[in-house]
Amino acid sequence: MADLSINMAGIRSPNPFWLASGPPTNTGYQADRAFEAGWGGVVWKTIGDPIVNVNSRYGALGYKGQRVMGLNNIELITDRPIEVNLKEIREVKKRWPDRAVVASLMVESSREKWHDIVKRVNDTGADGIELNFGCPHGMSERGMGSAVGQVPEYTCQITEWVKEAARIPVLVKLTPNVADVVYPGLAAQRGGADGVALINTINSVTGVNLDSLVPNPNVHGHSAHGGYCGPAVKPIALNMVGSLAHHPEFKIPISGIGGIESWSDAAEFIAMGATSVQVCTAAMKYGFRMVGDLIDGLGRWMDSKGFKTIADFRGLASNRMRDWGELDLNYRIVAHIEPDRCIGCQLCYIACEDAAHQSIRLVEGSRVPRIDEATCVGCNLCSLVCPVPHCINMQTRNGQPVKSFKEYVAAGEAPRGNYPLHEGDEAYL
Amino acid sequence: MLEQDLDRRTQDPEANFADIKPPLSDEYAVVEANRCLYCYEAPCMQACPTHIDVPEFIRRIGTRNVAGAARTILEANALGASCARVCPTEMLCEGMCVMHHMDMPAIDIGRLQRYATDHVMKHDIQVLGPPAPPNGRSVAVVGAGPAGLAAATELGLLGYQVVVFDDKPEPGGLNRYGIAPYKMTNQEARDEVEYLRKTAGFTLKAGVRVGRDVTLEELEKEFAAIFLGVGLGSSRRLQIPGEDLPGVVGATEWIEELRSKPYHEMKVGRRVVVVGAGNTAIDAATEASRLGAEQVTIVYRRGREEMPAYEFEYELALKDRVDFAWFTHPVAVLGGDKVTALRCQRMQPGEPDASGRPRPVPVPGSELEMPADLIIKATGQESQESLLSQVKGLVLKSGKVVVSESYQTGNPRYFAGGDCLNGGKEVVNAVAHGRDAARSIHAYLNGKGA
Ligand SMILES: Cc1cc2nc3c(=O)[nH]c(=O)nc-3n(C[C@H](O)[C@H](O)[C@H](O)COP(=O)(O)O)c2cc1C
Ligand code: SF4
Repeated sequence: MADLSINMAGIRSPNPFWLASGPPTNTGYQADRAFEAGWGGVVWKTIGDPIVNVNSRYGALGYKGQRVMGLNNIELITDRPIEVNLKEIREVKKRWPDRAVVASLMVESSREKWHDIVKRVNDTGADGIELNFGCPHGMSERGMGSAVGQVPEYTCQITEWVKEAARIPVLVKLTPNVADVVYPGLAAQRGGADGVALINTINSVTGVNLDSLVPNPNVHGHSAHGGYCGPAVKPIALNMVGSLAHHPEFKIPISGIGGIESWSDAAEFIAMGATSVQVCTAAMKYGFRMVGDLIDGLGRWMDSKGFKTIADFRGLASNRMRDWGELDLNYRIVAHIEPDRCIGCQLCYIACEDAAHQSIRLVEGSRVPRIDEATCVGCNLCSLVCPVPHCINMQTRNGQPVKSFKEYVAAGEAPRGNYPLHEGDEAYL
Repeated sequence: MLEQDLDRRTQDPEANFADIKPPLSDEYAVVEANRCLYCYEAPCMQACPTHIDVPEFIRRIGTRNVAGAARTILEANALGASCARVCPTEMLCEGMCVMHHMDMPAIDIGRLQRYATDHVMKHDIQVLGPPAPPNGRSVAVVGAGPAGLAAATELGLLGYQVVVFDDKPEPGGLNRYGIAPYKMTNQEARDEVEYLRKTAGFTLKAGVRVGRDVTLEELEKEFAAIFLGVGLGSSRRLQIPGEDLPGVVGATEWIEELRSKPYHEMKVGRRVVVVGAGNTAIDAATEASRLGAEQVTIVYRRGREEMPAYEFEYELALKDRVDFAWFTHPVAVLGGDKVTALRCQRMQPGEPDASGRPRPVPVPGSELEMPADLIIKATGQESQESLLSQVKGLVLKSGKVVVSESYQTGNPRYFAGGDCLNGGKEVVNAVAHGRDAARSIHAYLNGKGA
């Protein structure tokens, strides 16, 4: 079986699966249970001056009868005293020397405050520190969390303060609530961070109760925006992880977070450049036992692909990220329907007819539609809406030389894609 | 499985006749609705004789717009609530579901349809109408069964003053008097009629027999057009000696009795023989079993392959421990002051007959006697010839009313639909006839031909 162990900026763990800072990592009791279940690491629920939370705290988005496709929370950092948390970290670390325990921290933006808490953590035996510059609600109103993470200068500054005092690796947890995560990421690197973790939660309101007309969650008749996480945010997180991993100036390791529920989600994050991955919502939904399949599934997949270590496939997908202008405009694919697989739902037909390029025809006397290759623009829509795996395949056609938008422009030519236009459009170009 | 196992025959009949397809909970309905792919020009919709836009109504359940779902159903099929219960969905919409091609169970269309229609009936939410302003014309509907009710609803919504006549004490036709009670209860049949009456504002005259209590001439004088949804008549005779002994009953009459009195007043006896293997025969056999008969046997002169009953009905009968005597033909009813046995003869398949099926031919010297306390004849029904033959110009062919494409009979003021036209099919076929005939009546009365 493949070796799943990692060394993330000096923090070692037997597998890449860490519980993200949040409700599952609130206490030593939970950390023990998590490690018993097999988790490789725990990022402690963010420690700082204890806060008071509201009731209720969560809202969720379901999809077609499935629960918690996305989760929203308006919870703050830990409500337990700093000393209690540090004591429990010390105890847990003694019991689980081979696992990673990372202390997530958030205090007011002063050098003294940060120095003080970092020094107290140094002595606990924790393997690392994670700076919570991401919490998008409540804490940010007090000048902490994403209020820091959204300003690259603050991110860099506080990271520097922490590094002055820290004797263990420091990760900076980034907020996704920015226009481009590369800037705060590079700022953390400039400040001396040993790694970054992303994403924290995304500003959100999951819904409105249509009886009371109060947004979720309802706190005595009112609501506040919260932070969004769970499977719904995975695409956003993957992009952010990939854009940092792919950036030529960004060099430090990444802990990937956001919507990870299965081993395949984790594999995708690692392929997009992550070294460790963190999970919060899925553990809140299924409990710690879910790690069994994460470990088993990832190992089996790596074996099937011949990857012996996590490093073997880390970044293989982020390496394939390009600017749009560098993509080959001459690449041509067309849809192809496997008649034997087709179940005759005709969803591809109506999708293409109403929302793509009117390139699918219904066939008299048959429920299997026909692709009109001459007009198909190779958009993928039909193959995406088709409910049957491998029924609509996109097939490659012809071999014109690779030429991207940038290359066309550099050659002083008008970019011309390799697919048909709507009838009559040509005359106006 | 939905059906309870049948060690129930010694138990309480009330429990034996419990809902065979119980209603869906809200959550189940939403999850099931969300399995639907929302096919384009869906095969299920095409398979439905009334062409309910199935994907659309299911989608509305999925978005929790349940009243909107009911509207989609009832617009196409006013009797969507009874169809949800009694349609052979395996043969119709669900049978065509594309899920089958992925080796997944079909969407539970029948129960979803019931979920939506139950909702509006229970909460008295009107989703059709209001009816067009009265147009001053009136139409008579003869027969308050599915065809008649569908026609009356459609005509009422179009602004006609509609009077529905039925000779039974209560309206509903087969829904009220003919369907197996584990598919539909009396109360459900009543609720549906009441709901439609509110929707379309027609007048009901139950217990009035057209041709006896009111003449056709009187109807013709009072109404601009007449829709005949009279269904079929009494059970066909076997034409064998002893047939009139007490203890020999017609399936239709017997089921009507079952649906008219408490179960414990039904005399079923220990041994029941049902003659015929159509869906009505299966109904009668399973009902006899659920009433507590110890031995129920269906005798049929052909083989299993030729059995007209649907496969799932056959399986239901097997679960109810009904025995099947294939290639067995009744020749005489035996008994003194009441029936004691049915004398039968073994048959064997011969040359194909007009229907293309092997003609059953007697096996010489193969007579046998089947002891019976009750013999139920389920070999079809007569047509309502005595009434229909009174309509001038109306043509009957093998007992069935002959109509044009627009359901108009040989007498232009008379339209017809349902079992009297097709010889006895599903409720949903009758509903389609009634609805379309009503539209034709509207066109006819507006001088657009029919
Ligand atoms: C209820 C809740 C509380 C959280 N509290 C914290 C926190 O204290 N510190 C922190 O860095 N992140 C916190 N997070 C964010 C998670 O660590 C994680 O970044 C985010 O949920 C995305 O991962 P997921 O999709 O696996 O849940 C919290 C998330 C949730 C749902
Ligand atoms: S790939 Fe796009 S354009 Fe081509 S057939 Fe499919 S939906 Fe239509």
